[in-house]
Amino acid sequence: MLSVRDLGVAFGAVEPLSGVSFSVDKGETIGIVGESGSGKSLTAMSVMGLLPLIGGRITGGRIVFDGQDLTSLPERAYRKLRGGRIGLITQNPMTSLDPLQKIGPQVDDVARLHLGMNANEARARTEEILGTLRIPEPALICDRYPHQMSGGMKQRIVIAMALAADPDVLIADEPTTALDVTVQAQIIRLLDDLVKQRDLALVLITHDMSVVAQTCDKVVVMYAGRAVEYGPVETIFDRPRHPYTQALIACIPRGLDDTARLTGIEGTVPTVINYPKGCPFHPRCTRAEAICATDPPDFSVEGDSAAACHFAEVADAQSA
Amino acid sequence: MILRYTFLRLLMLIPVSFSISVVIFMIVYLLPGDPIDNLLRVGSSPEDRAELVAQYGLDRNLVVQYFVWIGNMFQGEFGQAIVLRRPVADLVAQNLPYSLTLGGLAFLFSSTVGMTLGTISAVVRHPVLDRFMRGFILLGSTVPGFWLALLLILFFSVNLGWFPVSGAGGWTSLVLPVLTIGFGGVALVARVTRVALLDAQREDFVTLLHAKGLSSGTILFRHLMPHALLPVVTILALRIGWILGGAVTVEFVFGRPGLGSLLIRALGQRDYPVVQACLLMLALAVMLGTLIGDVAQASMDPRIREKKS
Ligand SMILES: Nc1ncnc2c1ncn2[C@@H]1O[C@H](COP(=O)(O)OP(=O)(O)OP(=O)(O)O)[C@@H](O)[C@H]1O
Ligand code: SF4
Ligand SMILES: [Mg+2]
Repeated sequence: MLSVRDLGVAFGAVEPLSGVSFSVDKGETIGIVGESGSGKSLTAMSVMGLLPLIGGRITGGRIVFDGQDLTSLPERAYRKLRGGRIGLITQNPMTSLDPLQKIGPQVDDVARLHLGMNANEARARTEEILGTLRIPEPALICDRYPHQMSGGMKQRIVIAMALAADPDVLIADEPTTALDVTVQAQIIRLLDDLVKQRDLALVLITHDMSVVAQTCDKVVVMYAGRAVEYGPVETIFDRPRHPYTQALIACIPRGLDDTARLTGIEGTVPTVINYPKGCPFHPRCTRAEAICATDPPDFSVEGDSAAACHFAEVADAQSA
Repeated sequence: MILRYTFLRLLMLIPVSFSISVVIFMIVYLLPGDPIDNLLRVGSSPEDRAELVAQYGLDRNLVVQYFVWIGNMFQGEFGQAIVLRRPVADLVAQNLPYSLTLGGLAFLFSSTVGMTLGTISAVVRHPVLDRFMRGFILLGSTVPGFWLALLLILFFSVNLGWFPVSGAGGWTSLVLPVLTIGFGGVALVARVTRVALLDAQREDFVTLLHAKGLSSGTILFRHLMPHALLPVVTILALRIGWILGGAVTVEFVFGRPGLGSLLIRALGQRDYPVVQACLLMLALAVMLGTLIGDVAQASMDPRIREKKS
């Protein structure tokens, strides 16, 4: 349904994203994991065609959706996809709705734009969607303002907005980071149900490996603007080949939550201006050798998974 | 909801207007000199003077004088101008329309032109346009009104002869005064609009608006503009007082009739009742401006409506 090949993104002369590849099909969930600043949101913005909004541009690669390359799609055609066939859910529900407008009209917009409905039909559609998301008294909610609702409720509204036009792909960029732990679980379960009921392709961006383990079919692990390992979730969790993935998985039993954001790994994430040469992970890697500081590793593909590490094969041999 | 809010805001005006009336009353009495001097004929005796003072009630206790005055005001009884010897109400009624026309036009001019320029400069981000706007804004917020008025008169009226130098005959006599008062306002409103729009553009929810598939134009007019309007309305409301204040000097410079001219003349003659009435009208306009601004803001922003009512 959606496949990203070797995507690169630049702001002026800095290139915070390069060589990112993954693909999702209908009824499938792919997880994108990685520490803060690893380029997860940039990947999402690229797929949505919203990079110009933040001053960025695509420098290379292809984003293929339903057979057409989106990187060369004109803005007018892109607008039909956005909110229509590709929905976006953002991180902070507290600030993702227009505070000056009632909930109803904000959700109605989607059906009016993409399903060609008039005001009444769109409202009926909105109430129906809110109902399926188990939001009590949809009619009442439509008449409320965003500040009158809880974070969890607002995130459901945002999900409703993303779903209103019955999209094929849903991109959820850390949809639960700003929410209470109990609400987090509800939202994740909701998304999981939606994938199954509506045969959606879900791109779930998160930094929580346990969420990935529970809900995803495939994973892309990102580090310093690059995909460092990808594959089916079982393979990645059973036999992680990249030392960074291994470290991420090692963090799970310690009760990783939002505040502890992957602090289990020594060292700090490089920023765009000081991306290391060679393998970007080498300053923090326990297995690094001389070659790691000079040569960037290629992907070592094995079956349908791949890891960008000079010693991926060695790791295979050890775990086998 | 909005009615309730308006009512509460009106209630809050009661103590405010009370304090303002006391201040206005006191200011006038703290001025050196008094109007009786202007009424006395050469060679009058101190007894004549005392008689006149008593006639206008100026010998009574200040507190008593205040309550007599405010009591009269409440009945719409503005009293008699001491020096001009006419009912104050007549004087005000005669001059107010001129000031309202001038102020209203200046307000319209600065809000429409200011918001248009501000929006253009926020949307079309072009380096040359940017530099021009910044220069314009700097000029507009630093050039004093009366100086600009003199320049305009010299150039357009004296040199080109397009508009009359002074007076209040027909619409041509309004052009220069409106420009003079409105110029600073245009610059201010343009700057506030521009900054507010750029701020609004950076809000998180804008990403989601784009993600819904809305066009940039729709997002600008339906979502960003309302956000930008909030600070603009506040500024414009404060501007009402400023514009009326500006009208005082500008009316004087252009020799137009109006509340400002009346006030300046009455001040010179220490004509207390006239000065008080003029100041009261100005204060009233400022309070009304603030009230309208607050109510307009509350009608646009649900968060304010709830916090304050
Ligand atoms: N508008 C921008 N201009 C320049 N650089 C940017 C911009 N937005 C993001 N970046 C850079 O791109 C890198 C990746 O950012 P991104 O937001 O995609 O990270 P992320 O993985 O989503 O992190 P988080 O978990 O904090 O959301 C960051 O290091 C940041 O410096
Ligand atoms: S290439 Fe070297 S530094 Fe990079 S992950 Fe593999 S071992 Fe570590
Ligand atoms: Mg992010």
